[in-house]
Amino acid sequence: MNCGFCTTASANASEGGNEQKETISVTFVDKDGEEKQIRVPIGMSMLEAAHENDIELEGACEGSLACSTCHVILMDMEYYNKLEDPTDEENDMLDLAFGLTETSRLGCQVIAKPELDGIRLAIPPATRNFAVDGYVPKPH
Amino acid sequence: MAVLQARKFLARSFSNLSAHPLRVCIVGSGPAGFYTAEKMLKKHQRSEVDIIDRLPTPFGLVRSGVAPDHPETKIVTNQFSRVAQNERCSFFGNVNLGTSVSLSELRELYHIVVLAYGAESDRVLGIPGEDLKGVHSAREFVWWYNGHPDGINLDPDLQSTDTAVILGQGNVALDVARILLRPTSELATTDIASHALTALEQSSIRKVYLVGRRGPVQAACTAKELREVLGIKNLSIHIKEADLKTTPADEEEMKSNRIHRRIYELLSKAAISGSAQPSSGQQELHFVFFRQPDKFLESDNRRGHVSGVQLEQTVLKGVGPGRQIAVGTGQFEDIDCGVVLKSIGYKSVPVDGLLFDNQKGVVPNIQGRVLSDTSGDPALLENGLYVCGWLKRGPTGIIGTNLYCAEETVLSISEDLERGELASTATSPKPGREGLLELLNNRNVRVVPFSDWEKIDTEEKRLGSLRNKPREKLTTWEELLKAAMA
Repeated sequence: MNCGFCTTASANASEGGNEQKETISVTFVDKDGEEKQIRVPIGMSMLEAAHENDIELEGACEGSLACSTCHVILMDMEYYNKLEDPTDEENDMLDLAFGLTETSRLGCQVIAKPELDGIRLAIPPATRNFAVDGYVPKPH
Repeated sequence: MAVLQARKFLARSFSNLSAHPLRVCIVGSGPAGFYTAEKMLKKHQRSEVDIIDRLPTPFGLVRSGVAPDHPETKIVTNQFSRVAQNERCSFFGNVNLGTSVSLSELRELYHIVVLAYGAESDRVLGIPGEDLKGVHSAREFVWWYNGHPDGINLDPDLQSTDTAVILGQGNVALDVARILLRPTSELATTDIASHALTALEQSSIRKVYLVGRRGPVQAACTAKELREVLGIKNLSIHIKEADLKTTPADEEEMKSNRIHRRIYELLSKAAISGSAQPSSGQQELHFVFFRQPDKFLESDNRRGHVSGVQLEQTVLKGVGPGRQIAVGTGQFEDIDCGVVLKSIGYKSVPVDGLLFDNQKGVVPNIQGRVLSDTSGDPALLENGLYVCGWLKRGPTGIIGTNLYCAEETVLSISEDLERGELASTATSPKPGREGLLELLNNRNVRVVPFSDWEKIDTEEKRLGSLRNKPREKLTTWEELLKAAMA
């Protein structure tokens, strides 16, 4: 996939002057339970990292905090607590995410840093059975 | 048993070894149409998908619904453009289901037809005075400021009055309130249609009422939009503190619903800070709760024109777990106004030869499979015909809701293919794209393929750059088709 993302973190990514960008280990678990472990440079968002590694994470607004399609679930509370609290803007978008959990964040707002090495992110299931639980997405 | 095995064999040989591709036609190029196309192309590597739209321009409500001052919400068109540019996908604009080609013709030409044409009409209140001049649906108003070629002649009178009443408190209601109240200097650098910008620059509207029949806990808007409208410069916000009182039923609703909880908090904060502000010469935004419209009042000196709305006070009545409805109390009050925008819901338009649930405004379906008969048991399905988006679910949800909707419809299609349900139609080749183009050519339909939309796109961006706007929309059918043919 060819994506030109514009995350605020990318501007910081070139600091350090090191030839080899420092990376952390990130594991994505897709909706079928399949795992893919990748290395993500410090400063890159999880959304950008997913797309660079052909991991299927939607990103309708390309990281501009105008949708909730890059919703990811942190699989360990320990890692969730290492993140800065979501801003009002991110919370507004998380309101709209399907299958929201207590450790949900937007993938475009989770930026790789050393403390997140080993983080595991689940991509929420794509189908929501509208009929079964009577769930009707309200906002519009 | 033998028949079932034979059908499965046919279906498998179709999908694995078929000499002919699976030909799919999607009617409607909004989010439902494009997400369905994307998923079909991915899941069925031998499929060819054609997307038709009655407009020369693609993207549905992303182009004609999303407000001009929400450009980030439109970024998804980049993804949709990539889908259209896939070699197995074609977009054909200016093709009308009904007048250019019929549904039965499409079903002859393609193995699979998916109807994703959304909702282009409105729910009606059915109250006296609804036809008075000055009463418009929010959908029409949105089409008007977004330059939809069918909306440019709305010509709303924003000069003879200083008050607009908006019925409804969903995101569309907030959008129209914001467009009426935002400083026009801020709108001037968006892709708002020029005729609308001019009208808004000359507008006398200073007071806007957002009227909901239930309370702040039930308001249908979402946080981002509410925050935005509350933050407009030089706007005083009016919310009655009495309306913020909650009942145990309200508390229950908020406990299980994060969106409603955060909306209520935002409205509460706004009510407190609003009462502390002086409001001289400023514009005003009033949130009116527990009021339902009873009738529209006609002006004495301007016959045929609206001069106000009569509202009936309501109370909430529980009708089920987490669900309260508004019930009239017999007490009435009026709001004087010269413009009314009804933002009470869109409604789909039925198509010849298709079952339609007029109450819900949807095509009856099971997980996207269109029903041909709802009375029978088991339900009879229309072979090879599917729905997605608002036509399937009703007009609610956001762009992203269609991701899940499309996933479900594509899953239904895939299951049907695998189970041999479509064996009778799926095993023979279909004319598909070539057949459609030949038929349309014989009818002198001037098809607008994606590359011609790109000419419109380039021209709009070029015109926009002359005025410090991201684009200057071409708003008439003539201008659009002329640019497409350049």
